[in-house]
Amino acid sequence: MARPQPSQRSPSTASSPSQPSGKSEVSDLRLQLRQLAGSRAPGADDSKRDLFKRVISYMTVGIDVSSAFSEMVMCSATSDIVLKKMCYLYVGNYARSNPDLALLTINFLQKDCRDEDPMIRGLALRSLCSLRVANLVEYLVGPLGSGLRDGSAYVRMVSAVGVLKLYHISPATCLDADFPALLKSLMLSDPDPQVVANCLSSLQEIWNLETSEEASREREALLSKPMVYHLLNRIKEFSEWAQCLVLDLVSKYIPSDSNDIFDIMNLLEDRLQHVNAAVVLATIKLFLHMTMSMTDVHQQVYERIKAPLLTLVSTSSPEQSYAVLSHLHLLVMRAPMLFSSDYKHFYCQYSQPSYVKKLKLEMLTAIANESNTYEIVTELCEYAANVDVPIARESIRAVGKIALQQYDVNAIVDRLLQFLEMDKDYVTAETLVLVKDLLRKYPQWSHDCIAVVGNISSNNVQEPKAKAALIWMLGEYSQDMLDAPYILESLIENWDDEHAAEVRLHLLTAVMKCFFKRPPETQNALGAALVAGLADTHQDVHDRALFYYRLLQHDVAVAERVVNPPKQAVSVFADTQSSEIKDRIFDEFNSLSVVYQKPSYLFIDKEHRGPFEFLEDLGDISLGAESGDNVIPAQRYDANDKDLLLSTAEKEESSGLTNNGSAFGGLEYDASLVSVTGSQSQSEIVFSSPAQAVTSSQSTLAIDDLLGLGVTVDLEPPQPPSLMLNPKPVLDPATFQRKWGQLQFSSSQECSLSPQGVAALTTPQALLRHMQSHSIQCIASGGQAPNFKFFFFAQRADEPSSFFLVECLINTSTAKTQIKIKADDSSVSEAFSALFQSALSKLSVS
Amino acid sequence: MISQLFVLSQRGDNIVFRDYRGEVPKGSAEIFFRKVKFWKGDEAEEAPPVFNVDGVNYIHVKVAGLLFVATTRVNISPSLVIELLQRIARVIKDYLGVLNEDSLRKNFVLVYELLDEAIDFGYPQNTSTEVLKSYIFNEPIVIDAGRLPPLGPAAMFMQGNKRMPGTAVTKSVVANEPGGRKREEIFVDIIEKISVTFSSSGYILTSEIDGTIQMKSYLTGNPEIRLALNEDLSIGRSGASVYDYSSSSGGGIVNLDDCNFHESVHLDTFDSDRTLTLVPPDGEFSVMNYRMTQEFKPPFRINALVEEAGPSKAEVILKIRADFSSSVTANTISVQMPLPTYTARVSFELEAGAVGQTTDFKEGSKKFEWCLKKIVGGSEHTLRAKLTFSQESHGNITREAGPVSMNFTIPMYNASRLQVRYLQIAKKSKTYNPYRTTVSPSRLLWIPSQAFAKMIDDQDLGFFANFLGIFIFVLVIAYHYVMADPKYEA
Repeated sequence: MARPQPSQRSPSTASSPSQPSGKSEVSDLRLQLRQLAGSRAPGADDSKRDLFKRVISYMTVGIDVSSAFSEMVMCSATSDIVLKKMCYLYVGNYARSNPDLALLTINFLQKDCRDEDPMIRGLALRSLCSLRVANLVEYLVGPLGSGLRDGSAYVRMVSAVGVLKLYHISPATCLDADFPALLKSLMLSDPDPQVVANCLSSLQEIWNLETSEEASREREALLSKPMVYHLLNRIKEFSEWAQCLVLDLVSKYIPSDSNDIFDIMNLLEDRLQHVNAAVVLATIKLFLHMTMSMTDVHQQVYERIKAPLLTLVSTSSPEQSYAVLSHLHLLVMRAPMLFSSDYKHFYCQYSQPSYVKKLKLEMLTAIANESNTYEIVTELCEYAANVDVPIARESIRAVGKIALQQYDVNAIVDRLLQFLEMDKDYVTAETLVLVKDLLRKYPQWSHDCIAVVGNISSNNVQEPKAKAALIWMLGEYSQDMLDAPYILESLIENWDDEHAAEVRLHLLTAVMKCFFKRPPETQNALGAALVAGLADTHQDVHDRALFYYRLLQHDVAVAERVVNPPKQAVSVFADTQSSEIKDRIFDEFNSLSVVYQKPSYLFIDKEHRGPFEFLEDLGDISLGAESGDNVIPAQRYDANDKDLLLSTAEKEESSGLTNNGSAFGGLEYDASLVSVTGSQSQSEIVFSSPAQAVTSSQSTLAIDDLLGLGVTVDLEPPQPPSLMLNPKPVLDPATFQRKWGQLQFSSSQECSLSPQGVAALTTPQALLRHMQSHSIQCIASGGQAPNFKFFFFAQRADEPSSFFLVECLINTSTAKTQIKIKADDSSVSEAFSALFQSALSKLSVS
Repeated sequence: MISQLFVLSQRGDNIVFRDYRGEVPKGSAEIFFRKVKFWKGDEAEEAPPVFNVDGVNYIHVKVAGLLFVATTRVNISPSLVIELLQRIARVIKDYLGVLNEDSLRKNFVLVYELLDEAIDFGYPQNTSTEVLKSYIFNEPIVIDAGRLPPLGPAAMFMQGNKRMPGTAVTKSVVANEPGGRKREEIFVDIIEKISVTFSSSGYILTSEIDGTIQMKSYLTGNPEIRLALNEDLSIGRSGASVYDYSSSSGGGIVNLDDCNFHESVHLDTFDSDRTLTLVPPDGEFSVMNYRMTQEFKPPFRINALVEEAGPSKAEVILKIRADFSSSVTANTISVQMPLPTYTARVSFELEAGAVGQTTDFKEGSKKFEWCLKKIVGGSEHTLRAKLTFSQESHGNITREAGPVSMNFTIPMYNASRLQVRYLQIAKKSKTYNPYRTTVSPSRLLWIPSQAFAKMIDDQDLGFFANFLGIFIFVLVIAYHYVMADPKYEA
């Protein structure tokens, strides 16, 4: 989180021969600067410039020149603007690590803020705000206030961003000075478009970081119709970057009716012809999201955006093509038919970098259908011979994927088999894996395939995956392959040379299958395999061998039923991504999520999530996948804990405010509610957990296990009959957040917790289980003793559309609990509140 | 918003490093460079322009051998950052005249100035070369463009930087001419990248032209400009299928599939008389990008034939035919072809009486290169190369050799037939008489161009040694209009 510490420079830059190696040069510079400091001699500025340049160049390569701080400041009393700028850059870089010295600069910066030249005023104000030293914020408020009212657009532009900088140093100072309100009025009235844009970006960021009621009101105000129209009407005045900002904002606007939608779309239609890909994509996002509910128009939008997107792909730089192609890929997944006739646009060109080619191969796979498969597969087969080995592999895989999704695979199988004849190791390896998958789906092709596969010498196959595939085929089709038992036998003889456990496992299974089909020929090999397997150091291999051995001992017929049952052809291979995830990514169109093909919560820390995407309250949610109904978290991602801890620590340090009440260390979030996100995609994610977070989570887990096994069976009579709750309510987090944002607090209460309850709250999980037994589900929880924070929800049993949302703050040291309830039907919220409190009061150590 | 922006040299040195928000841990430049350099271990795969390491997103573009990198922690639009990085590279180039490691190192203080104005706290501000002029105080130290090694012809598309050639356009927008006075100039280029894939029988499988009209303006006072394109230009396909080559009218109508325009272009009169009206900003920019799949005639045909001549020997015969009028000449042609990795030696045999042709076998990359000084339209050239292998081949030489790539430059050639009919500068003088100038291609500068061909034998045709030659041409042609010193004040 910290700014690069200049004092510790990296060894790599230091060892570079062209760089000066350190101390003596810096002290030499200091000396020279000192000599020049007071000099008014002609030419002094020029020599100063040279020295400043050297200082900056050291700074760039990472050499610490902060020791020259006072000399630099002394030299900065100059009218030479180039010198001033270099000095500002230097000060901005080192002020944070030298707060005492930074004080030295305040004086001349403040003076410059009152300069006659608007440019100097702007520059000084920008540097002043960039010092990032907490105890200097008092000097900021005045210049910022007058900067926002300055006659020069340049100064106002700088001030608008300056407010945001101030907010990051000290939110309280910024809000107390009422800067956001000033920004808002400036945004609505300023003639300069860049000032308006900066106000908008600052306001967005500030209100997204704030948690208050006011903040959510302000967030909504930014999305109100007058505001949106005000910005849209000026859209052509804005720079292309500001246009993107506005378009992004408007894509979250909820239009009042279809005329509203068409007005906006007509206004923005020509943005699709922009050279700048960012503008085009932002417009597309807006169009797609606005027309979600209008199927016909949505389809027309797809037709309309096709040509501009293809133009961007072919006329942009490779980097931009990559970004645009990622978006095309997402669209193709939703509407494959749309692009099926444009498949030639996705043919790879020789000169393209491999990342573009890879995406193009994915596109070709996605759009292949009956009408174009032949052409696409022909093209892909050409790539298989490509000099670029990774691309050759990818294209073979692509052919296989197309084969698996088509009905008519006749020609494709032939092509695949021809790959095997190419006699290149990697081609053979990839093809074997594919042939295996094909056979699982189309067993009718076994005859043709086996004939070819039988000719492959297992010695030529080295890659474990391919070898395993080959062995699988040998076992599965041993009745059709004359040599099968003997090939297996020779493989078993070389058991010790086989390094991959995967291959050895397959070998065991294959020799078993072979044994059931051709017992006399295989018996020896089976025996040898079991002996080798039992002696194997790999646990899985050992266990499987032992299992087979005992199974055979028990009953050979049973063993056959277990190991080699008749199989059904696989009709559909598991899709790697659930549609839920895909929708989530689609919601985040025109963002990194599309490129990574992951929703943002998997790679962005909560504090950096984009505007409006998460309510701050819920932004702290960390995902924990839970298996089924079990309450014990199976996996947990604690990355957020660390960042949260760090950020609060940092805020305290920088603002000097102790704000313990909000020091929540990461919230957990019950993923059984969103089990749709699928364990498959989650298992791919690896967050590096910091040591302290790991230990803390492990300790919770340990306690969890102790308590968790004895799940509380609460036999209390259920809720008062006036309000029946659904014992298994379902609400996904996104809906929760939306509701939370929409609904008003209908009830807010404070109560105290019983001593037993406090004792039980050694971990938040205890409360979660307890409330669950009262039909109140937790959607997010977190915190550290003594402060805990929970979000609960419940659903009325008789009225499924009526939900109750609860925010519950518990302080275990004071035993105080604060409950805030939001309800779809506020008339029953009192009843629910009573119910909730009675449930809470019954919490005790179980 | 972005957190940091830095420029790294090819060796990974920081040339410029600007931290805007201080939220990315230190060492990000080293983390980035290591990741890019060792992407996927030893597999020769290029790192994608966008990736995430430990929660930090790194987005980079390569321009002129330099890496322009931005880091961010938020879920930003990747297109926006890529556009921004490219724009910044271009603005730097506008100021320095030439963008390379040397010029950047010499002018890093100016670049810091630019970066400070272009981005504030991670939010893009002004990136227009002319607006920035009033905020930039450092004088560029212009490096001598003459000493620059000539740009590799392929660089233009490989680097993703559509640049213009020649020394005339390597001047800075702020630096003065040696004479102390500024030349009023504007350059307009039509640059086209042509890709054609066609079979040995001459049947075109795919073809596409990606073109751009580039402009570089050194006009003071930003006068309005009118740029007239072909009157019969039509945009968007109606009815006809995408690759319907047979129905091509051939009547000279230029039919673009789609196009997009620069911010400054007004299309008020475009529908009626195909005229673009714009106030050109200073420096280099694309007025219009377009895409075309209409039929056109590729300028070259390449034939490559690989014949086995014994267990560890083979012969490659390369034939190039120039399919354009004999009044036109292609210059600085270079043909490259990768050979099987086990090739040990190559001996070349040029045609009799060949002048200005050189051949070279590059041992390291296992490629051979054939350079020709010029090819006159309608002529044909052949090269025979005898390969000796260090091991016996498996009869797959055809698949392991190639694809053939070709770089060349042809003046006065434009495959799409898109033209700038005239360019008019409407500078309002006191008497409101627009100054008018006719466009004459008085000075022509040419963009290096390239062509690629690959050959694959087609297994579908049976057991005979049938040969399907698939060629991909990439050709770049530029029309360069130079207007030197229009006399506004006259």
